[in-house]
Amino acid sequence: MTRKRLLLTVLHRLAVLAYVAFALFPLFWLLKVSVTPTSLLYTEGIRMWPSRASIEHYVFVLTHSSFPTFFLNSTIVSASTAVIVTLVASLAGYAMSRFIFRGKYWIIGLLLLTQMFPLVMLIAPMFKMLSPLGLTNSLSGLIVVYVAFNVPFATFLMQSFFDGIPKDLEEAAMIDGATRFTAFRQIILPLTLPGIAATLGFVFTAAWSELLFALMLISDNRATTFPVGLLSFVSKFSVDFGQMMAAGVLALIPACLFFLLIQRYLVQGLTAGAVKG
Amino acid sequence: MTLYNSVAPPAGDRRTAMQKIAAALEPWLYSAPVLILIVAIMLVPLALGVSYAFRDIRLLNPFSGGFVGLAHFRELAADSAFRGALVNTLWWTFSSVILQFLFGLILALLLNRPFRGRALAQALCFLPWAVPSFLSGLDWAWMFNPVVGPIPHWLTALGLMAEPSNILADPDVAMWGPIAANVWWGIPFFAITMLAALQAIPKDLYEAAEIDGAGPVERFRSITVPFLAPTMAISILLRTVWIANFADLIIVMTNGGPADRTQIVASYIFTQAFRRLDFGYASAIALVLLVLLLAYSMLIVALRQTMMSRQ
Repeated sequence: MTRKRLLLTVLHRLAVLAYVAFALFPLFWLLKVSVTPTSLLYTEGIRMWPSRASIEHYVFVLTHSSFPTFFLNSTIVSASTAVIVTLVASLAGYAMSRFIFRGKYWIIGLLLLTQMFPLVMLIAPMFKMLSPLGLTNSLSGLIVVYVAFNVPFATFLMQSFFDGIPKDLEEAAMIDGATRFTAFRQIILPLTLPGIAATLGFVFTAAWSELLFALMLISDNRATTFPVGLLSFVSKFSVDFGQMMAAGVLALIPACLFFLLIQRYLVQGLTAGAVKG
Repeated sequence: MTLYNSVAPPAGDRRTAMQKIAAALEPWLYSAPVLILIVAIMLVPLALGVSYAFRDIRLLNPFSGGFVGLAHFRELAADSAFRGALVNTLWWTFSSVILQFLFGLILALLLNRPFRGRALAQALCFLPWAVPSFLSGLDWAWMFNPVVGPIPHWLTALGLMAEPSNILADPDVAMWGPIAANVWWGIPFFAITMLAALQAIPKDLYEAAEIDGAGPVERFRSITVPFLAPTMAISILLRTVWIANFADLIIVMTNGGPADRTQIVASYIFTQAFRRLDFGYASAIALVLLVLLLAYSMLIVALRQTMMSRQ
C-alpha cells in the first residue's frame, strides 16, 4: 500500500467517524441529561457525563405522569396503522406490479399527487369532517387519518418488493389450478416478508412521529399520543429538563428498535427500485 | 381442478366473456381499498379545503359559514406576516435542501467504499432518520438552550458569541436552529437514496476507466455524476416540496417566533387553524401554498424537458 493510499484510507475513516459522532451526539446528550440528577443539572451543565447518574427522572415519568397512557395510546395507534396500511398496500402494490390495465397510470398519478400537496391543508376540513362522526378525540379517528396518509408511499414500496419476485412463480401455481389470490397469498406474500417488515417499520415510525394532526384532532388527555403529550409537558413544566428528556428517551425506544430491524433492507429495497427505473 | 381445466375449452363464449370481465375487474379489486381510502380521506377533505378558502369558517363562531368570495385573498395580499412567511419559507427550504443534499451525498460516497464495520457505521449514520421529528426538534431546542445544552458554550468558546445565549430567541439567527435540526434529521434520506443509486452503478465501468488511465476525479465526473443525476434531480425536487410543507420542527422549536422570524407558510397555516380556529383564512393560505408548489414543480419539470431535448 502506497503512502498516499494509506493517507486516503485514514482520512476516509476519520470522515466516517466524524459523521457518526455528529449523528449520535444529539441522542447522547438527550440520554446524558435524562440521567443527570436535578441537583447537578445546573452546576454540571456542559460536562460530557454527570459525576453521579441516576434514574430518578425515569421513575418519576413512569409513575407520576400520564406518559404510560400516552405511550400506550401511541403504541395502539401506530401498530394498528402499520398493520392496516401494510395489508391494503400489499394488495394495491401487487396490482401495480403484476397487472397492466387501463387506469393504472391514473392510479399512480393519484398516489403521486397525494405526496405532493401540503397535508396541513387538510387539517381544518379533516376536523370539520371527523367531528360530527365522533372521530375527534378518539384513537380510531387518528388511525383512519394516518392509514390514508401512509398508504400511497407504502403502496409504492410494496410494489418495488413485488417487482423483485419473478412472475413465473405464481404463473406456475395458476397453471396448476390455483386462483391468483391463492397464489398471491401462499406463494408471493411469504417471499415478500422482508418487504412487509420494512413497510411495517416505516409506517409504524411515521405514525409514531405524527404531531400536527394529533394536536388538532385530540384534546382529551385520555386519547393523547406521545408527541402531543411531550409537547404539552414541555410548555407546562418547562423547568424540569431531566424529566422531559427521560420522556424523550422513552419515545425514542420503539422507533429506534423498528429502525434497527429494517435498516438493512432500506438500501437493498431502494436499489431494486433504482435498477428498475 | 383438473376436471375444470379439461372442460374449459368447449364451454365457449359465455365463460370467456365472464372471465374477461373478471380479469378486467381483478386489478381494481386489489386496488379498491387504497383508492377508497385516498378518495374519502384525502381528496374529499382537499376539495372541502379548497371550498373553505372562499368561505367564512371560524370554528367558534356559529354564524360563520357564508360565502365570502375573494375576501380572504384580499386580506392575504395585505398581510405582512404572510409575506414574511413566504420569504422565510424560501430560506428554510433552500438552505435545508442544499445542506442535506451536500452532506447526504458525501455520506453516501463515504459509505459506498467497503471497510470493516461498514454495516454498523451505516446503521448509526442513518439513525437520526428514525428519530421522530418532534423529538429531534425538542432535542435540538435543548441543545441550543444555554442552561442544559452545549452549543451556546461552544459558540462562545469559539468567539462566535459574546456570552452563552439561545439562538432560538435571537430574531436575526433563530431560523438556523430549525434548519440545523432539519439538516441533522434529513441527511440520511439523501444518503440512503444516493447510496442505493451508487450501488446500482456497474463496477466494471470504473475498472475499465481505470485501465484507460482515468484518475479518481475524472472517474467521478464522467461515471458517478451522470449515473446519479436522475436520482439527484428527482430526490431534490420531491424533498424541496416536502420540506416547504414541513412545519413540525418550527412548531416545536420556535412556534414561528421570535417576532415571526421563523414563521414559514406551512406553520402559519397551522397557527391560523389551530390557535385562531380560523379555518377559512387558513385554507386560503393553504391554497396559495399549493399553487406555488405546483408552479415550482412544473417549472422544474419544464427545465428538465428542455435540458433533455437539448442533449
